[in-house]
Amino acid sequence: MSQRKTAGRGAAAGELRISFTLNGEPATLEVSPSERLLDILRYRLGLPGTKEGCAEGECGACTVLLDGLPVDSCLVPAYQVRGRRVETIEALDPADMAHYHARGTTQCGACTPGVVVTASWIVRHPELLETHSIRDLMAGNLCRCTGYDGIIEGVVDELEERGGSAGPGAHRS
Amino acid sequence: MRILLPGTLEEALQMLAATPDATPMAGGTDLLVHWPQHPELHERSYVDLSGLEDLRPHRWTDHELVLGGLTSYWDVITDRRARVELPLLIEAGRQVGAVQIQTRGTWAGNIANGSPAADGVPVLMAYDALVVLQSTRGRSEVPLAEFYVGYKEMRRKPDELITQIRLPRREYDLQIFEKVGSRQAQAITKVGIAITHSAAGWRVVSNSMAPFVCRCHSMERLLQDGRPVSSPDDLLPAIREDVSPIDDIRSTAEYRERVMARVLYYDLLDVCPSFS
Ligand SMILES: Cc1cc2nc3c(=O)[nH]c(=O)nc-3n(C[C@H](O)[C@H](O)[C@H](O)COP(=O)(O)OP(=O)(O)OC[C@H]3O[C@@H](n4cnc5c(N)ncnc54)[C@H](O)[C@@H]3O)c2cc1C
Ligand code: FES
Ligand code: FES
Repeated sequence: MSQRKTAGRGAAAGELRISFTLNGEPATLEVSPSERLLDILRYRLGLPGTKEGCAEGECGACTVLLDGLPVDSCLVPAYQVRGRRVETIEALDPADMAHYHARGTTQCGACTPGVVVTASWIVRHPELLETHSIRDLMAGNLCRCTGYDGIIEGVVDELEERGGSAGPGAHRS
Repeated sequence: MRILLPGTLEEALQMLAATPDATPMAGGTDLLVHWPQHPELHERSYVDLSGLEDLRPHRWTDHELVLGGLTSYWDVITDRRARVELPLLIEAGRQVGAVQIQTRGTWAGNIANGSPAADGVPVLMAYDALVVLQSTRGRSEVPLAEFYVGYKEMRRKPDELITQIRLPRREYDLQIFEKVGSRQAQAITKVGIAITHSAAGWRVVSNSMAPFVCRCHSMERLLQDGRPVSSPDDLLPAIREDVSPIDDIRSTAEYRERVMARVLYYDLLDVCPSFS
């Protein structure tokens, strides 16, 4: 809570100072009220892995984890991450990409960072598959190249490697 | 652009009272769409609700489920008790955008945005939700079914926040939600219907069929009276009294009426003795 106050109460100024946790490290910067989380990640913090596709919450190319849940960073005002935890594609171990490469999950690559961030959330929370199929959980990540089957199979492979089962809903469309 | 960052509900209400043209910012999933292309929106004043932690949790009491002014779809989708007791909340929540929208979008934002196509509103209305409004002038409660008065017009004053949405806990013997759109995920509703039946009677609510989401009182009476119905067409007179669909880029009015009649008829055929 104390971190939230760094932005000041009722700040009306052009710039707001925010502190948050970015990929496990503390980050502090001045943001303008109209900047989105996507903007500060790409253009201020040197993390261009998060992509901008549609800018309207449809495509999921800009997916990051906010307090552990997937969100579209194009729809998050930057000032709202004060005191919170943000994880981007850059936080993931490239070795975790092996299954996705093997399944042909990426072609042009525009969707891939968002796809992999959502996939990383699913494999860390196999309990989600008690109520959701992988396809349901990935419905907010559009891909114009691969046709999705490779993406789903990549998630199934990784879940299996981690010792979980992909659950009854895994292959349901 | 002015952005006000209250730390407590009281501060937020004072800021809204002092800045009547300020817009509350919750999950931003309506307000930030196409944000870069709308510089005029950057000129407005906003009161950020995201720091008001007390507004986020929802809670169960003996008689009610109380959603907070910041409770998200995902908060409810992952609530096991809601899955059992008020399953339409989960069915509707899971239809809103995709997970990335459900984790950010709030029920109160869906209500206050006032879209006739809002998918959260019909199920809340079919469960007889009460909207709790607060301002520095006090607190009031409005039944959601009486909240809208016209297209994007509602009984919320600019200085008021939705701080709670209260749903009675009842035994329902029928709960149905249908969303007809162009595709399964991330589609704007063309015709949406929520139906419940309990000791409190029938509730039939539709969205995308009128300038605002509304209860269909003629349909409810037809069901209450047990009037015989033997085809979807038998429902059209009641539907025409209740709603006034429009032609738009997604559908025609006639298509919407016919779909609504068919959806209602086939949903109720197995459960209503008066349907054949
Ligand atoms: C890709 C995408 C898909 C979508 N799909 C659907 C869909 O299928 N069905 C659907 O119904 N919606 C859909 N939406 C719309 C949106 O997600 C919902 O309406 C959501 O519930 C809005 O909540 P929010 O917290 O994000 O609102 P915000 O964008 O923060 O605010 C919306 C409005 O509500 C006001 N407001 C917010 N909270 C309060 C409060 N507590 N008191 C008073 N006023 C308040 C704001 O001032 C603003 O006018 C979609 C949006 C996107 C981007
Ligand atoms: S760029 Fe954010 S969802 Fe498409
Ligand atoms: S790989 Fe090209 S959009 Fe997915």
